[in-house]
Amino acid sequence: MNEQQQTLWQFMQQQSGKLQEQTLQHIGLTFISLCIAVLVGLPLGILIVRRKQLAGLVLGIAGVLQTIPSIALLGFMIPLLGIGPKPAIVALLLYALLPIIRNTYTGILGVDAAVKEAAVAMGMSKWQILFKVELPLAMPVIFAGIRTATVINVGVATLASLIAAGGLGEFIFGGISLNNTNMILAGAIPSALLAVIFDLLLSMVQKISFKRLKRVLYAFPVLLILLCLFYILPAKSESKLIAGFTPEFMGRQDGDLGLRSKYGLKIHTIVISDAVMYKAAFEKHLDVISGYSTDGRLKAYDLVVLDDDKHIFPPYYAAPIVRDDVLKKFPDLEPTLNQLAGKINDSVMTVLNYRTDYLHQSPERVAKDFLVANKLWRAERGGSDGVVRIGSKIFGEQYILANMYSMLIKGYTDHDVSTKTGLGGTKICFDALTNNQIDFYPEYTGTGLLAILQASPKTVNEVTVNRDSTYNYVQRQFESKYQIKWLKPIGFNNAYALMMRQQQAKQLGIKTISNLKRFLDKK
Amino acid sequence: MIKVDNVSKHFGGVKAVDGVSFDVADQENLILLGTSGCGKTTTLKMINRLIEPTSGAIYIDGKNIIEQPPETLRRGIGYVLQNNGLFPHYTVAQNIAVVPNLLKWDKPKTEKRTAELMEKLHLDASYLDVYPNELSGGQQQRIGLARALVSDPPVLLMDEPFGALDNVTRSKIHAEFKALDELKRKTIIMVTHDVQEAFELGDRICLMNKGKIVQSGTPAQLLFNPVNDFVKDFLKHQRLQLEFKAIKLADLWGLLPELNKEAKASSFNAGSNLWETLESFKFNNGETVNISKDQNESKAVSFEQLMSAFYQYKNHQAHE
Repeated sequence: MNEQQQTLWQFMQQQSGKLQEQTLQHIGLTFISLCIAVLVGLPLGILIVRRKQLAGLVLGIAGVLQTIPSIALLGFMIPLLGIGPKPAIVALLLYALLPIIRNTYTGILGVDAAVKEAAVAMGMSKWQILFKVELPLAMPVIFAGIRTATVINVGVATLASLIAAGGLGEFIFGGISLNNTNMILAGAIPSALLAVIFDLLLSMVQKISFKRLKRVLYAFPVLLILLCLFYILPAKSESKLIAGFTPEFMGRQDGDLGLRSKYGLKIHTIVISDAVMYKAAFEKHLDVISGYSTDGRLKAYDLVVLDDDKHIFPPYYAAPIVRDDVLKKFPDLEPTLNQLAGKINDSVMTVLNYRTDYLHQSPERVAKDFLVANKLWRAERGGSDGVVRIGSKIFGEQYILANMYSMLIKGYTDHDVSTKTGLGGTKICFDALTNNQIDFYPEYTGTGLLAILQASPKTVNEVTVNRDSTYNYVQRQFESKYQIKWLKPIGFNNAYALMMRQQQAKQLGIKTISNLKRFLDKK
Repeated sequence: MIKVDNVSKHFGGVKAVDGVSFDVADQENLILLGTSGCGKTTTLKMINRLIEPTSGAIYIDGKNIIEQPPETLRRGIGYVLQNNGLFPHYTVAQNIAVVPNLLKWDKPKTEKRTAELMEKLHLDASYLDVYPNELSGGQQQRIGLARALVSDPPVLLMDEPFGALDNVTRSKIHAEFKALDELKRKTIIMVTHDVQEAFELGDRICLMNKGKIVQSGTPAQLLFNPVNDFVKDFLKHQRLQLEFKAIKLADLWGLLPELNKEAKASSFNAGSNLWETLESFKFNNGETVNISKDQNESKAVSFEQLMSAFYQYKNHQAHE
């Protein structure tokens, strides 16, 4: 894409609003968890100084927490606390605990024994000794612990974007999935800078003399709370609905950018990984999500697709693509495969996906049930006349289609079938086809246009206005470039789509994306 | 004033202090003397309950010390540590004000008392806002003393208070210590391993070994009537100097010739020891010093006369 030719600086200027928001979220996230970690860790550290038999246990648990990989820790949090800031803050808090507890403990134990004895001998009570002598003298060590925790938190907070808690990770992970270096750097450089700056500031606090310690001790909590507000304040200015988009969707012209430029959609958006997105919508953490229109989870979580009335999502109609020489070799193949044409619409495909993905039925059974129900199924004829090789990509929908085609060929022709399912990505499948490793596989028009033909943005704009123009364009191009034929479309369109909970969409009267925009603009 | 009654302290199987008893009279200076590990510091720390005894009882003014909360007890007892134990994060003034703040004194009272002590201890008022690490060892030890004295407690416990100082500074502080009127009113128990210091500062000495008191008495009693070889050996080192320090001018009074006092010579009270008096001689021709006893009696004596009296006194002790 041409957008990627711009410099990092241009990107950051263009995205300055988002950059600022993410940076503030990042700071807020870091310091809210730090605040709580101090509130929890400091008393725990003091407790284990008083009760040394607990020290091993407490430090051990905090140490084990520290060794859990950050992504796994975030994952553990989702079933307990859902998505969003809560699990992220708890995970960050757990990471920050060890350095704070340990340094409080060693800091207090390290106070000069003679000074402690003097305090006791002068008649100070336990608490007076703690607050007037032990804590002030242990402060430099405790601050060193807080400093370590801060740097850890700035780093781990980038992962918070994976569970919709925001922060600079949105740019980093969006950039990784879009292969956009500028975007990665726009997230990575500020987060590295934050770590360096906070480390520097805290190192200055740590070295401060006793004379100024008092003032710092009062200023520090105030500053901490101010930094926490960065996160809380923007969160309050929410729009009526909350959208959750994948990092990839955020950066695509046929994604969030298109929604903004073509529809003028202004919605409070959080970034989230697609693994938890559908469930989050179901549990009402999110109202609008970016999904795939035939995903089985659509049915599992009772979601409805909003009509893309301005056509920003290119059509992804599925159809088998076959090499011309194969069609010549097996003349009866084309009519056999075309028996499926127009038979499966979006909702039917969604149900079929739901059965394999959620009910964990085998693709063979789902395929056979469908063919039987549509009176297309016939018993095998033995397969004595050559072998047709079917390929498929590595997700449920493609397995089902490959099985259906296999059954049709065996039932309607005398050819035998071998299937090579689970070929990694588009490139692997297509290379296998052109190199005569397989004979055909189901492909999507949008993928053909964008990933295989890599059409220019201008062409894309021209040909994606409706399903037929896209189909016709890829059919012509494939024929002339690769001698590969697109057979008739199967009927469903597995494209990007915005979706909402069925009940909410009905209640608000939202059917199309334009409806959604009008609802959001209404005060 | 203070009565320590058959007190023992066991750490595991080790008897650090083993059945120790002694009394300290009001305004007396008692020295706990002994080598390291003899139990003297443990004994001291049991008096302000930094360490609780395994058995036995300690009374101050006839009251068992376990009858009041340890914090209250400690606020009424001054404590001076070897390494001064000053709070490094407090200024000198804040360090001195610790106990007054615990006792909830008002600010002017604390300030007035602090200023008074600073003057008595020859510390400049400009040091008040300074932190302890900016002071010399001797100055730090004086601040430590001021902190212990500020609330004017009747009892002062001192744990090797001058142990960390060099010899010159130590003898200077010894002199100040003896001259300080505040200390004359106090009942003091001091721990030391330094025999010279014990003889210089103590009214009475308890010599300890292996958790037990071997002998207690005045310096002269220990020196001239040791109960066993341990005491004799312990005091063998620099014995002459110890004798000079142990013998007061009053002890020699009857052995000194009657001579009228000289106007120009320096004067000593009969309570001074022989060491200080001899040290003051500048060895001019016919030099004498004046010694006064009570208000009306006084004698002028020369170096030779003092030495001869000392010789007779020692002879007398030996034949007793």
